[in-house]
Amino acid sequence: MVGTNIKNREAELNVFRSRVIVATIAILVAFLLLASRLIYLQVVKRDQYHTMAEANRISVVPVVPNRGVIYDRNGEVLAANYSAFTLEVTPSKVQHLEKVLDDLATIIDIQPKDRRRFKRLLEESKSFESLPIRNRLTEAEVARFAVNRYRFLGFDIRARLFRNYPFGEVASHAIGYIGRINDADLKKIEADNLSRNYKGTDHIGKLGIEGSYEAELHGTTGSEQVEIDAGGRAIRSLAKSEPVAGNNLRLTLDIKLQQVVEEAFGEFRGALVALDPSNGEVLAFVSKPGFDPNLFVDGIDPVNWDLLNNSEDKPLNNRALRGQYPPGSTIKPFMALAALENGKRTPEYSIVDPGQWMLPGLARPYRDWKKGGHGVVNLHKSIVVSCDTYYYGLGNDLGIDRINAFMTPFGFGSKNGIDIDGELTGLMPSQEWKQKRFKQKWYAGDTIPVAIGQGYWLATPLQLATATAILANGGTQVTPHLLKEVINSKTNEKRSYKPPPQSELSFKPEHLNLVRRAMVDVMLPGGTAASAGAGAGYSIAGKTGTAQVIAIKQGEKYDARKIDERHRDHALFIGFAPADQPKIALALLVENGGGGGGTASPIAREIFDYYLLGKLPDLAKRKRRDYDLDPSR
Amino acid sequence: MRITAVVERVFDIATRRLDGPLMVVIVVLAAISLTAVYSASGGDSFDRAFGQLRNFAVAFIAMWIVANVSPQTLMRIAIPVYIVGLMLLVSVALFGEIRNGARRWLNFGFVTIQPSEIMKLGMPLILAWYFHKKEEGLNWRDYALAGLILMLPTGLVMRQPDLGTSILVFSAGFFVIFLAGLSWRILISAGVAGAVALPFLWPLLHDYQRERVLTLLDPMKDPLGAGYHIIQSTIAIGSGGVLGKGWLNGSQAQLDFIPERSTDFILAVFGEEFGLVGTLLLLCLYLIVIGRGFMIAMNASTSFSRLLAGALTMSFFTYAFVNIGMVSGILPVVGVPLPLMSYGGTAILSLCLGFGMLMSISTHKQLVSS
Repeated sequence: MVGTNIKNREAELNVFRSRVIVATIAILVAFLLLASRLIYLQVVKRDQYHTMAEANRISVVPVVPNRGVIYDRNGEVLAANYSAFTLEVTPSKVQHLEKVLDDLATIIDIQPKDRRRFKRLLEESKSFESLPIRNRLTEAEVARFAVNRYRFLGFDIRARLFRNYPFGEVASHAIGYIGRINDADLKKIEADNLSRNYKGTDHIGKLGIEGSYEAELHGTTGSEQVEIDAGGRAIRSLAKSEPVAGNNLRLTLDIKLQQVVEEAFGEFRGALVALDPSNGEVLAFVSKPGFDPNLFVDGIDPVNWDLLNNSEDKPLNNRALRGQYPPGSTIKPFMALAALENGKRTPEYSIVDPGQWMLPGLARPYRDWKKGGHGVVNLHKSIVVSCDTYYYGLGNDLGIDRINAFMTPFGFGSKNGIDIDGELTGLMPSQEWKQKRFKQKWYAGDTIPVAIGQGYWLATPLQLATATAILANGGTQVTPHLLKEVINSKTNEKRSYKPPPQSELSFKPEHLNLVRRAMVDVMLPGGTAASAGAGAGYSIAGKTGTAQVIAIKQGEKYDARKIDERHRDHALFIGFAPADQPKIALALLVENGGGGGGTASPIAREIFDYYLLGKLPDLAKRKRRDYDLDPSR
Repeated sequence: MRITAVVERVFDIATRRLDGPLMVVIVVLAAISLTAVYSASGGDSFDRAFGQLRNFAVAFIAMWIVANVSPQTLMRIAIPVYIVGLMLLVSVALFGEIRNGARRWLNFGFVTIQPSEIMKLGMPLILAWYFHKKEEGLNWRDYALAGLILMLPTGLVMRQPDLGTSILVFSAGFFVIFLAGLSWRILISAGVAGAVALPFLWPLLHDYQRERVLTLLDPMKDPLGAGYHIIQSTIAIGSGGVLGKGWLNGSQAQLDFIPERSTDFILAVFGEEFGLVGTLLLLCLYLIVIGRGFMIAMNASTSFSRLLAGALTMSFFTYAFVNIGMVSGILPVVGVPLPLMSYGGTAILSLCLGFGMLMSISTHKQLVSS
């Protein structure tokens, strides 16, 4: 028993020992496996994992450059940046957003307006983007939020640069505005290969100067290498490349002049473009009504958006660039010059105006605006009194294609190349155009209304201004532009606006002088804008115009009093001053303003007075001015 | 003179049941653990390192107590420990507290325990006792009963679900059966049967368990989700290179990229900061522990002591292998801490209780053989 026991124990011990040996071998193999895995990771693959660890640790954070400042020609700030605190939220990090917002409203003032704007942003953005709820927090609000911060996960206070337009509505159509980058902007940025430079930027110039000079204003985004932890929190800065601020822009606009113009328009809708005729610099660029560009900077709230977008006054429509109106009688000086240059009229040639004109062989009368006519009318008088009859015959003698050929170099019918987007071409008709557009022959009768700036002819206020400037400078084709110079924000180095090559239109000086003299007389007693010209103390060359909004039936008399306000005629005026050495040329249009002599020319006078004499308008005099109900053209 | 005698006497009582080589390596590992835990807690707070120091202190006292218990006494408590452990596991299944979707804890009001931990020691104890008793001529029935003893708690732990611990409980018992001499034929056929059964077991796994296995096969499939742990820990280890980035200088560790960095994934912290030199040193220390354990087992005087010592040693190996394999990305993620390194009182306590048993076996054999 004991023997077997010992034997058994021996056997058992042997089994145990052999098992331990097997286990030892297995364990050694297993540890060898682990060791080789560790060698593989830490020696063979070390570089790869090192790179991955660095990539984990280091995050490159874009440092957004300051946007360039926009000044007017005299150094007044039109668009600038300021730093302020915003309360932002990353929606994906918040569960019951509405409820949390209610809670938040107890410590921070959140207006319904802010909520509406936020809602709109929310719909347009991705949920992991940080979206502003309230901008421009007060110090007290920042402090209150800091204390309650733990209750609002996903909310953050950030210091951000904001764009401010200190003049608000003034010159809004020229300056434009910046807004949050949307999908369309993003696509464009990608197409232009600018994605790198727009990392971290959330606003982009949308309209006007802000839009067209985006590349100058934006600057170069810098970057900061930041060590981050797994939660993405920055631990420390490792390296930084400073951003390069965007370039500052000095515009040709004179914001004081602009203010005078906008005030002069009062409640009228309309547009005005004033140029320096020697070089095409835009001195004033007005489209009324305007809008407050500050509303757009942080994303406009839907109520304000609807107000702007659905207003019957169309404040978002840039009338100066995009309003296409019949130019009316304002083109008579150009028509007169065309006839002189083409040898179709001489200064001495005169007609006896019976108050109407008929195409040879046809019985349909084309009426003059003045019943009974103007008597004996030569070219000079035709401009001074704005005689339609004179131009019916003149137009017929020239023919549409000659008119077209003469007017096109003045900029009619094509974009003038101003340095903001959205310009429309207007319409300078020709035989070819009509054939193309209507598949119809051009009739002689089509030319007659064109000769007084009606019919098919459409022009934008900008085109009229450009043409006026060319007339004023004696034939130099200027390109209207808003940029005077780009100022490097760091070195202050200045780079002037480079106009495209300008060509000269050559006119016989005596022809030019004749037309200009007539335009001067328009502003003097006997002319259609005599009251606006009275007592100026300098000579103004001008021409009034009226553009029909609705057709007046044959034999019916235009009576503004009987016509709905929005169907009243548009009042136009073009002019330059001083007439012998023009410093400013302008074109303006007052929508539904009635006659150009009554409504439009006094506005022009205020502008000339201010620009040339520094004289501010007489407000009492302006108050008395109302819609011009005089049907005179 | 008398004072020296007293000191000598106290020193003798304190050390005579401790196994010198084992003790030295354990203390070295504890020291490494403290440095790694300190680093893993961000290197600016001693809270965790002190906590770990306390864990070791408690565990060393428990180890000393167990080392002073004779193997015979250990054999006597085998059945009660197993029965109590089993009952607690059943209670867990019935009234256990659910944390993180698993029912693993029993709340006694003043203390919350995880009964599966008891089974890590209870299992080798009961099976070593069982085979000790059945010394003469084991037949298949004996093995079948041993299998039942083994599978009952394993199944209960697996159901909690706690795959990691159930593997450890199972392997602890299995090692006893293996060392007791279960024939190779059965072992191999069971292995083959297991391999064949694997596709059928697959659907029995919980979704998250399946996901862990799939993640291992392709961690990049979901780099921010399930694969995140493995990817970040392999990046940490790999980026450490041969010499490491230096203590407290591991970017993965210090910037919080390593999940569970002071507990299950502490090897990633250690490997990143101390490099291949550190990780291989760790492997060597573990090998020394295992070697010493096997020596104790081989020299043990009774079957119970041999089997217990051998199984405890192999369990220790299993902990190390599973954890290092998991953190270095060759095994699925299961919650097994790195022995004597990871922060955590329970794991260190249960390991040191095991070392206490080894030391008891190592220092009590003369008594038995005499």
